[in-house]
Amino acid sequence: MGKVLMKGNEAIAEAAIRAGCLNYFAYPITPQSEVAEYMARKLPEKGGVFLQGESEIAVGYMVFGAAGCGERVMTTSSGPGISLMSEALSFIACAQLPAVFVNIMRTGPGLGGILPSQADYFQATKGGGHGDYRLIVLAPSSVQEAVEMVMMAFPLSEKYRNPVMILGDGLIGQMMEPVEFPENLIVKPTRKNKWAANGMDTRKSKKRNIVKSLILDPETMNTHNLLLKEKYDQIRKKEVRFETYNMTKPYKVLIVSYGTMARVCKTAVDLLKEEGIEVGLLRPKTLFPFPEKKIREAAAKAHCKMVLSIEMSMGQMVEDVERSVQGKCPVRWYGKCGGEIPPPKELMEMIKGLKL
Amino acid sequence: MGKTFTRPVALSEKDTHYCPGCTHGIVHRLVAEVIDELGIRGKTIGVAPVGCAVLAYNYFSFDFMEAAHGRAPAVATGIKRVRPDLMVFTYQGDGDLASIGTAEIIHAANRGEKITTIFINNAVYGMTGGQMAPTTMPGQKTTTTPFGRDVEQTGMPMKMAELLSALMTPAYITRQTVISPKYVIKAKKAIKKAFEYQCEGRCFSLVEVISTCPTNWGMTPVEALSWAETTLLPYYPLGEFKTPDSQGGNDAA
Repeated sequence: MGKVLMKGNEAIAEAAIRAGCLNYFAYPITPQSEVAEYMARKLPEKGGVFLQGESEIAVGYMVFGAAGCGERVMTTSSGPGISLMSEALSFIACAQLPAVFVNIMRTGPGLGGILPSQADYFQATKGGGHGDYRLIVLAPSSVQEAVEMVMMAFPLSEKYRNPVMILGDGLIGQMMEPVEFPENLIVKPTRKNKWAANGMDTRKSKKRNIVKSLILDPETMNTHNLLLKEKYDQIRKKEVRFETYNMTKPYKVLIVSYGTMARVCKTAVDLLKEEGIEVGLLRPKTLFPFPEKKIREAAAKAHCKMVLSIEMSMGQMVEDVERSVQGKCPVRWYGKCGGEIPPPKELMEMIKGLKL
Repeated sequence: MGKTFTRPVALSEKDTHYCPGCTHGIVHRLVAEVIDELGIRGKTIGVAPVGCAVLAYNYFSFDFMEAAHGRAPAVATGIKRVRPDLMVFTYQGDGDLASIGTAEIIHAANRGEKITTIFINNAVYGMTGGQMAPTTMPGQKTTTTPFGRDVEQTGMPMKMAELLSALMTPAYITRQTVISPKYVIKAKKAIKKAFEYQCEGRCFSLVEVISTCPTNWGMTPVEALSWAETTLLPYYPLGEFKTPDSQGGNDAA
């Protein structure tokens, strides 16, 4: 199959189906409802499971149940819905179940608005739910990348037995772009999960499996948290992904930006270059794990006078950027979070006005 | 002479943490007996609640999942939808099912999920230390109703079996108790029927079981049985409220 023109939300749904995810639970919320609508049309003909739950709370636990018996499963939502699913995310992470959650971000806090935003960065990368847990967070900056990240997300979540979140924004969900579904990203689901509670008859050993998150003994609880930490440390070591742009030049300013915002930044970098101003761009593709080392090295260059975290939020990722830079260079935040995306010209003016 | 009374295979050999006089043990046994009799242990997944039965997975001898407070029917839905060949049941108390989990149980029932719910109603929160439940009786003293449940402030006790049987989707909804041997025999029949309906892929099934909590009621086990008979049973009548053949609504005799 060649390139097809698809809306982001529909492409995300199609990518999941092609990746072998035939189980999908969801609750409608703008700006991602087209994922559910697409799944409702397509999954029955594939022999899959589509179910609209009564709330995002319930949907989170439907995902728990499906994942707990070892089946590949996905749900999609937007910020307010992810807040409700965060209880289940904590349980899923503790029980070490693989599952894919997609957040097509809208503005907040509260009911907020339905336009694109990146204000759920903290929610995705720092928890959202209770307890010591992490999600693997992938941040696409185009519909094509959203497709690839959805397809990658399933084997990634299964490898680490950890929920993966695709953190897109309303623009990625609503925009139409040409996409391809790379065959090489298809990793078939396996039913040979030794841990799954899918009936003792499925196991030769006849040993029973329990999927749970209750650990009352303090020593066992601590051991479990250490085990999770070890896993998150492995993820930090092995799964960092990022893109660099114009970073071979002696940039005075380094932009760190992700998703849709990074795409606009790229245009600003090109336009500034035409005016003889070199600006580097580092785009994290994984928000957890965060490309800390790369940012620190890039900020430590003698020619780098400032690091800018440009986000469609009131300064969330900037905390991770500061943490990464470790004082080697001044760090500033720039952003907007009403649903409007700062255009390239606005970024250019802002950068030209910096006192370096 | 051979053994005439043995532990069901579906029940594990672990000692339970339940208090003396608590009826959870009886209901666990009935569920285990039914699973043995139907020969479904190898394809059954239980879903434990939050509450006194949160550790239920320790007392059975087959696959289990443990849900968050009130969410067991959603977990069971997830399992059953992706693996319709498995037998799935939830085991929930009244704080879990009738308070924080009302949305999940109503919608699982209304979707006609082919699962079975065992609903233990002892009119109080057990594990958290005896607080008021939606099922607590008017005037009943609990740790959060120290002067007795004031229905002006907190409403009347919720009759979940009746409430669920008002849904139009076919289901098997019954209320039983285990406070004396004659009731235990009937409760066993109801639980078996509920699992049989699931085995046949017919409908959602729920067995409410009026139970005792001597510890949180501040009674001896014998007093608790008697209080359940004289106070709970008149308010929570026993019987079949709905069968898959009835056309919705409450058809309790």
